[in-house]
Amino acid sequence: MFDFFFQLHPVIQGTAKGLAVILVIFPFAGACSLAERKVSAWMQGRPGPNRAIVPWIAWVPFLGKFLQRLGVFHLMADGAKFLFKEEPLPGHVNKLYFVLAPVVAMMPAFTTVAVVPFGAYFDPAGRLIPLALANVDVGLLAVFAVSSLGVYSLILAGWASNSKYPFLGGVRASAQLISYELSMTLSVLPVFLWINAPGQPGTMSLVKAVEFQSGAGLHWSGVWFGFLMPLSALIFLVSLYAETNRHPFDMAESESDLVGGFHTEYGAFKWSLFFVAEYSHMIIGSGVFTLLFLGGWNPLPGLPLATVAGWLGLAGTPLLVALLSLAVFLGKIVFLLFLFMWVRWTVPRFRYDQVMKLGWQKLLPLSIANLVFYALGIAFLERG
Amino acid sequence: MAQILFYLFAAFTIASAAGVVANKNAVNAAMCLLLSLVGVAGLFVQLDAYLLAFLLLLVYAGAVVALFLFIVMLLDTKSRASASFKKLPMFASLVAFGLLLAGLGTFVTRGQLESRPLHAVPALGANLKLYAYQLFTTYLLPVQVIGFLLLIAMLGVIVLSKKYDGPEDA
Repeated sequence: MFDFFFQLHPVIQGTAKGLAVILVIFPFAGACSLAERKVSAWMQGRPGPNRAIVPWIAWVPFLGKFLQRLGVFHLMADGAKFLFKEEPLPGHVNKLYFVLAPVVAMMPAFTTVAVVPFGAYFDPAGRLIPLALANVDVGLLAVFAVSSLGVYSLILAGWASNSKYPFLGGVRASAQLISYELSMTLSVLPVFLWINAPGQPGTMSLVKAVEFQSGAGLHWSGVWFGFLMPLSALIFLVSLYAETNRHPFDMAESESDLVGGFHTEYGAFKWSLFFVAEYSHMIIGSGVFTLLFLGGWNPLPGLPLATVAGWLGLAGTPLLVALLSLAVFLGKIVFLLFLFMWVRWTVPRFRYDQVMKLGWQKLLPLSIANLVFYALGIAFLERG
Repeated sequence: MAQILFYLFAAFTIASAAGVVANKNAVNAAMCLLLSLVGVAGLFVQLDAYLLAFLLLLVYAGAVVALFLFIVMLLDTKSRASASFKKLPMFASLVAFGLLLAGLGTFVTRGQLESRPLHAVPALGANLKLYAYQLFTTYLLPVQVIGFLLLIAMLGVIVLSKKYDGPEDA
């Protein structure tokens, strides 16, 4: 079965893998919207979506009722609704950019996924082979570079809508995204100072970051970077919330003062593309955070994938090891997504001046101080 | 394959660069500039300078052009009709164009470009460490000078844009 796949042309192989990953991310992002509503309902003490049901499944005695209460069919209902709704195109918009903006919103999320490794297995020689569409050496830089293009969807949507509230949303969003990119980039530098030992060619590889958190037993090499560099992790997480336009940094949308923010004029499928793009960005961002600070596919600190695979007797079967690593990685992502929602339904939205103040006057100096501290510390350790 | 890709990216870059100049709408021009930068990044990738390609995307495409758009949006230039050419700037730009053409011409016909084989040329933009090393040794002075220039520009902008009304404004 696998031999047939590996005999195909590399271009076809790559296309198939890319499509497979997108086919997972797209529904996963859709499911996040349902999870968001369920989590919010749970936090506010109400049942949340619990009505939609497919007739045939309703006849299944116990399971049908359970699934209905869980609200899983609302996902299908929502998707179908957005597909079949009329596509409004207001008369006063710039048509090209108005249509282009939702597409541009999806693009960075589906491009960055190519360089994010999401699992690993061991070949017969015991070497770690990451599961990734492209295991490139510039890894994280590629993620940052492509995801920085996401700001254009907000700017274009706000500008092309040609009305006041979307415009304000677009202007706010572009300022916010550019501001928090700085502290985000600075906050991960200590991790790469740690990884790039002297005498090796420099790397920004995310796989390498996980390998450095894969030590076994009670030794500092098994400690995740999140514990080794808590401040970096915190700054990265806060900037991640700002970069994905999530609460409490919901400036682009801020529906209480801007109606719907940058997507006020959007409806139906174009609007749902913005929605899916936001969740896709959250998934990718959570993935990068997991790789950098939460040990990637290693189940616990000091308990790497290889050890656990050995315990379970999976050492000789790469497929099962890969599935195990994938499950661990996805589990961490799901937890981080839950954290996103938890924060959203707990913390009130910042005012715009507070967002700017936090970004420029608090996080940026803090991340620079953090970088200097770790640079000195690592230089000291290296010498000693 | 590589040859075709090179011509594709080169044509794409030049066409969108021409779009920047030709477009009267400032937003269209900025978007063309963005496409042009993406094309240049593609050319860098073909030269194995992955680091430079992604830095170009991160800094120029991701931040600088976004700020251009930001300013364009705030100025709202679309309602203003483009000014017709005046005589003196027209003359000056023609002279400048002629000088540029002449300079390029001499460069192409008489220039002594050191043509080493491709593998002998050090790929300074390919590798993070090499790039950083060059930046902090050979090119330390230019980096410092540019940093200082940017600092001056930033101070100038602050001084020009901030209006001091009185002592309580400070």
